[in-house]
Amino acid sequence: MIGISSAAPWIPLLILLPLMAGALSFLFGPRGHRSLLAATMTGIWFSLIRLILDFENAGLQHYPIGGWGAPLGIDLRADGLSLAMLGMTATVGSFISLYALGYFAGDENRGIRFWPLWWLLWGALNAVFLSADLFNLYVTLELLSLSAVGLVVLAGDRDSLAAGLRYLLAALAGSLAYLMGVALLYGAYGTLSLERMAGLFRPEPANTLAASLITVGLMLKTALFPLHFWLPPAHGSALAPVSALLSGLVIKASFYMLLRLWFEVFPSALTEIFTQGIGSLGAIAVFAGAWLAFHQEKLKMLIAWSTVTQVGYLFLTFPLAAASSTSAPAALSGGVYLAVSHAVAKAAVFLAAGAMLKVTDEDRIDRLEGVGRHLPISLFAFAMAGVSLMGLPPSGGFIAKWLLLNAALSSGQWWWAAVLVLGGLASAAYIFRVLRRCFLPPREYAAFHPVPLVMPLAALSLAGIALALGLAAAYPLRLLQTGAPLLLEASAPSTVAP
Amino acid sequence: MIGGGLIYAMAGVVLFALGFYGFIVHAHLVRKLIVFNIMGSGVFLVLVGLPQRVAGTPPDRVSEALVLTGIVVAVSATAFGLALVRRLYDLTGETRLPNDPRPEP
Repeated sequence: MIGISSAAPWIPLLILLPLMAGALSFLFGPRGHRSLLAATMTGIWFSLIRLILDFENAGLQHYPIGGWGAPLGIDLRADGLSLAMLGMTATVGSFISLYALGYFAGDENRGIRFWPLWWLLWGALNAVFLSADLFNLYVTLELLSLSAVGLVVLAGDRDSLAAGLRYLLAALAGSLAYLMGVALLYGAYGTLSLERMAGLFRPEPANTLAASLITVGLMLKTALFPLHFWLPPAHGSALAPVSALLSGLVIKASFYMLLRLWFEVFPSALTEIFTQGIGSLGAIAVFAGAWLAFHQEKLKMLIAWSTVTQVGYLFLTFPLAAASSTSAPAALSGGVYLAVSHAVAKAAVFLAAGAMLKVTDEDRIDRLEGVGRHLPISLFAFAMAGVSLMGLPPSGGFIAKWLLLNAALSSGQWWWAAVLVLGGLASAAYIFRVLRRCFLPPREYAAFHPVPLVMPLAALSLAGIALALGLAAAYPLRLLQTGAPLLLEASAPSTVAP
Repeated sequence: MIGGGLIYAMAGVVLFALGFYGFIVHAHLVRKLIVFNIMGSGVFLVLVGLPQRVAGTPPDRVSEALVLTGIVVAVSATAFGLALVRRLYDLTGETRLPNDPRPEP
């Protein structure tokens, strides 16, 4: 008998609605995209809010697809962490969709190709965050990568095609490493369910090898230094709304999986060497990424390298959360909150940059002179989102880094605190380099093209949300922690499925 | 007693390692896609073989379903990759990524 809480239709709707929209958008002409977008977005937000309400009333939400259930069927699951990631996707995705309506207004040819891929990507993201088993995570992550590569090559030029192919090869290699790890674990335990695996997993050599393969595969997909080589060309050469989707949302999916797997399923295999090592890679990414961002000629490449930096911060979660059970809650909430704030802020920055580049018609930082006068809203959005990327108050980035700093100090790891503080300064350097250019007076020969008003407004809304995440952090943090995902479940070693 | 499954699984690991070597060594994009398929077959052999490593174990339906799904994913990814490689060849006449220092084998 299926209980009330396990029969919630909102979980499958969150996956089906965008997939249906993806199929339908082939039938609708360019004029139909608006109504399809309005209908699907309403449906997704309605389902998400109902799911959050159900979760607040009844706790963890389950849904066996078709009533089959594991092991032959597929179980879907939503806890506080899933809901936070779904909320992040819906917020960022909605504003990028509105922006895309304006961005593709004079370019129906690309617009027609953008929408089905973007709906597929949205469906894949929601499916990753709702998956409850290792294999479904593989399939949804592959769907995510393939649609992301499709979006990169949408720009249609040689650079984006080469970047897309490089991205595809990296993504395929990452998936295979992940799947090999899954095959070894399935061979050892005969289950794929995350909950059941969490109860069975023991850190024996073969299992540690499997966990390492999974981790390397996902690190490649999250673009952690030194496996970041594919990210800057792919994110830098894609169209602006696509770059925002890739940097904001796509890399968060594999990071989410790493957190879930390591802190729910493999916590017994966490060693100090591993956590300090992955934290060190993060620290190198923070500084090397900032150095390279500062020296870019092109605005979008600068922002893409900034993403490498921010991915580095995300991985500081590992040494901070694994050090002691007292620092774990702050570190994990801080890491997830940083992922969410970065998604919102980085999407705002890429959208604002897209508007600026459409105005100046050339992707060069030294061509930005006079943008402050012609595109004040976009520039304001860029600066506001920059505040969150630097981690200054009041912003989501500040709250996240504050939580991480607390975890660093309470676990006595001052060196990670130093990385957090100095890294913020390094981010400030490259953001101010762009702002300084924009405030210079325009050159005489400069021509400026008009852009639809929805583009700067979408960027501004996201930048506003990035700040609001700092002012109203209580609700999202509570949502994240209820249902006790990850280690927040005190230090109980495992949660065995009934 | 060791079952046939373990031999398949071990062959799978060898294929995966060989494929990984090829993935690093080859610059030609079509070779890279072929090598990706070899690695994939290795994973599938492990997926089917490892649960049946003890002789006399009945076939595992779940792992068969997983491999079928995996094959579908691999075929789609390969087709997509080939389409991109053809487009790159049309645009540039190159069969490898730009800035790839490795010599053509």
